[in-house]
Amino acid sequence: MTVIEVSNLQKRYGDQVAVRDVSFEVRAGEIFGIVGPNGSGKTTTVECLTGLRRADGGMIRVLGLDPARDRAELRRQVGIQLQESHLPDRLKVWEALDLYSSFYPEPADWRALMAELGLTAKRNTVFAKLSGGQKQRLSVALALVGNPRIAVLDELTTGLDPQARRDTWQLVREVRDRGVTVVLVTHFMDEAERLCDRLAVVRAGEVVAIDTPAELVARADVPGVARPTLEDAVLALTGPTASTPN
Amino acid sequence: MNAATLPETVESGAAGRRRRGRTAGRSTARLVVTEAKLFVRDPLGSFFAVIFPAALLLVLGSAMPGFDEPSADIGGRKPVEFYLPIILAMAIGTVALVSLLNVLAADREKGVLRRLSTTPVSPVRLLVAQLAVNVAALLVGSALALLGGWLVFGIEARPNVPGLLAAFVLGSASMVALALLLAAFTPTSRAAMGIGSLVYYPMLFAAGVWTPGPMMPEAVRRVADFTPLGAASQALQDTWTGDWPQPLHLAVLVGCTALFGALAAKLFRWS
Ligand SMILES: Nc1ncnc2c1ncn2[C@@H]1O[C@H](COP(=O)(O)OP(=O)(O)OP(=O)(O)O)[C@@H](O)[C@H]1O
Ligand SMILES: [Mg+2]
Repeated sequence: MTVIEVSNLQKRYGDQVAVRDVSFEVRAGEIFGIVGPNGSGKTTTVECLTGLRRADGGMIRVLGLDPARDRAELRRQVGIQLQESHLPDRLKVWEALDLYSSFYPEPADWRALMAELGLTAKRNTVFAKLSGGQKQRLSVALALVGNPRIAVLDELTTGLDPQARRDTWQLVREVRDRGVTVVLVTHFMDEAERLCDRLAVVRAGEVVAIDTPAELVARADVPGVARPTLEDAVLALTGPTASTPN
Repeated sequence: MNAATLPETVESGAAGRRRRGRTAGRSTARLVVTEAKLFVRDPLGSFFAVIFPAALLLVLGSAMPGFDEPSADIGGRKPVEFYLPIILAMAIGTVALVSLLNVLAADREKGVLRRLSTTPVSPVRLLVAQLAVNVAALLVGSALALLGGWLVFGIEARPNVPGLLAAFVLGSASMVALALLLAAFTPTSRAAMGIGSLVYYPMLFAAGVWTPGPMMPEAVRRVADFTPLGAASQALQDTWTGDWPQPLHLAVLVGCTALFGALAAKLFRWS
């Protein structure tokens, strides 16, 4: 079953083309990764997907809904972790979770979520006094607090320490096992390899490959490297010397 | 089955509407409580909105000799009596141009509104919660000033109550509309502070904070009549002594509210 369908998505900011032509499908229950260089249009793609930005062209369906038209319904069912987002400086961790859970008809138990993300000791700390990684964990928790059917996570583990990254991976797997479909934007190839069922590789606003991490590695044609890694494979697809997609 | 099929958990009909109605009530209540906590935790904001009007009255009263004694210069009235409605006008200006403007600008600068717009809750509801909290602070601040005037200086007033309420409500509406308009084109909270004080101090001047009552030169008054806080202040002063507000002042207040409100609605951006 397909839960997200994107075809020929286009988005410009003035003269700057951020997304030239992106198409992919995400199936129910999978962890779908999006990788690619800085500025290749990943964040813009997921922002269009979640109705935060209006696409200039192409078609998007999320759970059968059009993000530009059915924003309210979409937002009840999709949890989003933005790459850059903030909360008021003086808001405490528990207050943020309590507040955001009140926005949804059937929220998750925010206390359990707070514990799973290792934030219980910081429950009374205000947002401004959290470390970067703790802010990130809170951001992940807020994306999941509405019990979404789809979670969109943009640079989920950037800024987390190694242990927190692994804990967060485990959390994402558990969320998926509960039946949630996950769309994950990442720059970490180990994360993509271990977590994602399938990966879309984007370059300059276009999808250059969609496959499982293992297939991407197997298909990789990297001159002078006998046993390429996923990173080699992705770099070969997106680097300056890569051939243009056809 | 493909993406065109509606998910089974989309509720329609009465049950879904009821559940959404409950969620809306609960989330609005939580937003108001949260904004109230944030307001109280910002020491500067809560001081200016809640304590400042009463404090100014008391400080002026104890610093200025004869502040609460009848003076022949002003027709045998006590200076404090015509200063009180001016303090109310100042309270309105402070809440709008300091507290409200800052919270609006800071939330947008930090992406708080953007974060909120990923949830089913409309940022309009956050705005409503912030307005509610600031209006409550204004009411408490004004009540404290009135209480201070009454307890400390024994002010006896026979205000025209409906007129006074109309002046207060219209004055607040016009200043809130002005704050929303300023917030619409101040990208950062630093810019909001700057523009806010650029507007705030002339507004206080027009309200007569430095030239109370009959001390305001006639030429200045004629200009001040056409500013929102100046008109509000004049209307408050008129009604405080039992008169009806002048139609000119009411017209200025209604006009400012409509103009600034319409411009703000057109220009306001959530992120
Ligand atoms: N709000 C904006 N206004 C103008 N241009 C933008 C805006 N947001 C992004 N862009 C441009 O669009 C392009 C794609 O940006 P996007 O944020 O989607 O990239 P990304 O793949 O998420 O990059 P990163 O890995 O650095 O997060 C970039 O060239 C960027 O400069
Ligand atoms: Mg990005």
